[in-house]
Amino acid sequence: MALELRDIHKHFGNVRANDGISLAMAPGRIHGILGENGAGKSTLMKILSGYLHKTSGEILFDGKPLNYTTPAQASRFGIGMLYQDPLDFPVMSVLDNFMVGQSGILRNRKPVYRKRFEELSRSIHFSLDPDTPVTALTIGERQQLEILRLLSLGIRVLILDEPTTGISSEQKEVLFSALKKLADDGRNVILVSHKLEDVEALCDSVTVLREGRVSGEMDRPFNTFELLKMMFGEPPKLTARKKVNPGEEVLHLDGVSAPGGRTGLSDCSISVRAGEVIGLAGLEGSGQDVFLRVASGLIQPAKGSVALNGNRMTGKDYHTFKASGVTFQPASRLEEGLIQGLSVTEHCALKDKRRSPFVRWEHAYRTAQHKIKKFQVVGSPENRVESLSGGNQQRLLLSFLPAKPKLLLLENPTRGLDMESVYWVWEHLDEYCHGGVSIVFSSSELDEILMAADRILVFFNGRIIEDVRKEETSSLELGRAIAGKLA
Amino acid sequence: MDDYMQNERVVSENRDKETFSEYVGEAVFTLVAVLAFTTFVLILAGAPPIDAYYHIFKGSLGSWVKFTHVIKAWIPLTLCSCGLIYTFRIGLWNIGVEGQVVMGAIFTTFALRLGVGSPLSGIYLVFSFLAGITGGAIWALLAGFLKTKGGVHEIFAGLGLNFVAQGMVLWLIFGPWRRPGVASMSGTEIFPSELWLPYISSLRLSPIGLASAFGALILTAAMIRHTRIGLYLKAIGNNPNSAYLFGLKPGRYMLIAMICAGGFAGLAGSMQVSGVYHRLIPSISSNYGYLSLLVVMLANYNVWIAPVIAFFFACLNVGSIQLPMMLQLDSSLSGVIQGTLVLATLAVHAWRRQVRKKGRVRRS
Repeated sequence: MALELRDIHKHFGNVRANDGISLAMAPGRIHGILGENGAGKSTLMKILSGYLHKTSGEILFDGKPLNYTTPAQASRFGIGMLYQDPLDFPVMSVLDNFMVGQSGILRNRKPVYRKRFEELSRSIHFSLDPDTPVTALTIGERQQLEILRLLSLGIRVLILDEPTTGISSEQKEVLFSALKKLADDGRNVILVSHKLEDVEALCDSVTVLREGRVSGEMDRPFNTFELLKMMFGEPPKLTARKKVNPGEEVLHLDGVSAPGGRTGLSDCSISVRAGEVIGLAGLEGSGQDVFLRVASGLIQPAKGSVALNGNRMTGKDYHTFKASGVTFQPASRLEEGLIQGLSVTEHCALKDKRRSPFVRWEHAYRTAQHKIKKFQVVGSPENRVESLSGGNQQRLLLSFLPAKPKLLLLENPTRGLDMESVYWVWEHLDEYCHGGVSIVFSSSELDEILMAADRILVFFNGRIIEDVRKEETSSLELGRAIAGKLA
Repeated sequence: MDDYMQNERVVSENRDKETFSEYVGEAVFTLVAVLAFTTFVLILAGAPPIDAYYHIFKGSLGSWVKFTHVIKAWIPLTLCSCGLIYTFRIGLWNIGVEGQVVMGAIFTTFALRLGVGSPLSGIYLVFSFLAGITGGAIWALLAGFLKTKGGVHEIFAGLGLNFVAQGMVLWLIFGPWRRPGVASMSGTEIFPSELWLPYISSLRLSPIGLASAFGALILTAAMIRHTRIGLYLKAIGNNPNSAYLFGLKPGRYMLIAMICAGGFAGLAGSMQVSGVYHRLIPSISSNYGYLSLLVVMLANYNVWIAPVIAFFFACLNVGSIQLPMMLQLDSSLSGVIQGTLVLATLAVHAWRRQVRKKGRVRRS
């Protein structure tokens, strides 16, 4: 079925997220929507999926205009979207989640759906156990579940928003081959991404968005350099960081085991020196999350001890760690990092160090203005944080890092950001390193770890299975270690 | 650590800034819905609705004396509502506000009993206020500790403590504080008039009570808008985990919010004793605590709208008392009407939230 978007406009106040976008997609093909953060990709796809209302423009299916206002109506026309964060019910089983939105109320039709679930899984080679609770699944598996559910609703247009963020390379392979199969069956598959390699590996054609407009289109075979130029105007460059020699020991973990996350953390002994930048590699949820939280006092170790600057910290809470110069920044920006419903100014007021019973609004407003300018946040002091785009939320979070920390613990600091923002973030973090601050960060992008870290710890199943300096390793070796295959 | 892990997302009420006209539109709709519900019940009960509303109006605003009755109900409602603004702001459902009113009344009675026969009645009156505030705050703090240290949901803790407080009132009235000779449901012995809150004799209305209600409103508005505590309550209410990483202690501020709520509720109980009944009676709280929960929700957690809604409820409350008598209906009818009101407000509230959620998705 031929899908066409004609002159789509979407305005948020005076921000033009989509400014006259037109594109056509033929059935049986995988179409990529490429662009950096804030280019308007997600907005466009949310309009197509019925989640957002367009300001103006037309959506045509086989030449006929379609009108729908909710995702439910969109799915009746056969349009379904896989969102960046899985929208499932974690406490329920895979099968129950699969049935949500399609089974009747009265009759228990589990056996019917079980059969359908298994048939669908088999047809695209997913291997999910219908009886496990969703809490036990990885993001990649939850994605598979959502795809199966959408398929059983009979969708013919499948939209995927950054599907490769946070999933393992095996899962990515499974996903890609499934998507190819779906396209071969005559469906429209739309892949939204800022990752060139994904788009190049999978898509038949691609539309590049920039600042709310179409900046170019290309069919396979792709020219990487041309695509980059369409995305950014000019390909970004990264300046190499000055080498800093590691100083005194800042953090020391001795035989630490701790619960939490998917795997917990087992028997971890590590020491971090001043000025070191350590990248935590590994599949999502292999213990990096627990490691960072133990090192910041958010999770108490069940066994072993934690020391900061030589002082024993086991059993102390995060605020005590913070007073000793440790700052933790979580990956989920709106769940743990920023406070939804509060404006940028209010965040600045929260951070105001002066102990007085009254809030200095004037001062907070000026601080917010200053931060917005210095950190190049697109937004204004009155904006609520949830109205900022992901990249801008990350910039804002970075602006709240203390001026003189000893140790920064950053969980996926660049998750979901485009390359330009990634470079910007690291340029900012490098300044900290030059001041002798240690940084420990996790990332699902091996390239980022190889680019930014001096030393790399590879996590597998709750353990650190490799601890190497960057010069002594390669992406191939790390990739093997991440998969648990040590040479 | 405790703070970080235990505070699963508490009910985070959406306090979206909406335009004034939007709010007025919704409020008018709510009132219409409430009236429709009530009319339906009145028709079911065989009462002519128009007459009934006429009597409610006449019974509440028909004369200056009636009007002062309304104000007497409005004062505790407004005080409790002010207190609840703090707890709702941090995302706590302080159902225990009812018991906090009762405890305030008990502590006040205790203080005033000490003052019987003393020449320094003024000092004892002031002391009784402080005692009432303390009583309410202690009761709220108990629920707060159960929540922050024991992991008991504040709704269950509050409900349980409400029963305990009510039980204590009955025990005191029939036990240690019973009237000489007869213990009865009519309460403890009436205090000598020196221990009554000073009132304007023609209206039997205490200016101190009125002033304290307005004072509470101004104080609360200022606290929410201009103090760090106000900002912290909002931050924690919206996301306790992020707030913890920002260096705040959610548990501590939950206790502070509870103390504020309990203090205002206790003051309301205190007014009921020294300003209205001049003794302790079994139904000393008149359910104003529960009613104020509705007031605040309907007012969309806004400090300045709450007193208006409170006034409306006070009118209905006072006006419907004589309804059964005037229309020769069973006296349980006013209870039924009150129940219908509660249901109607909750239904409209839930509906409104859903609509707004949809609206927000659309707008975003």
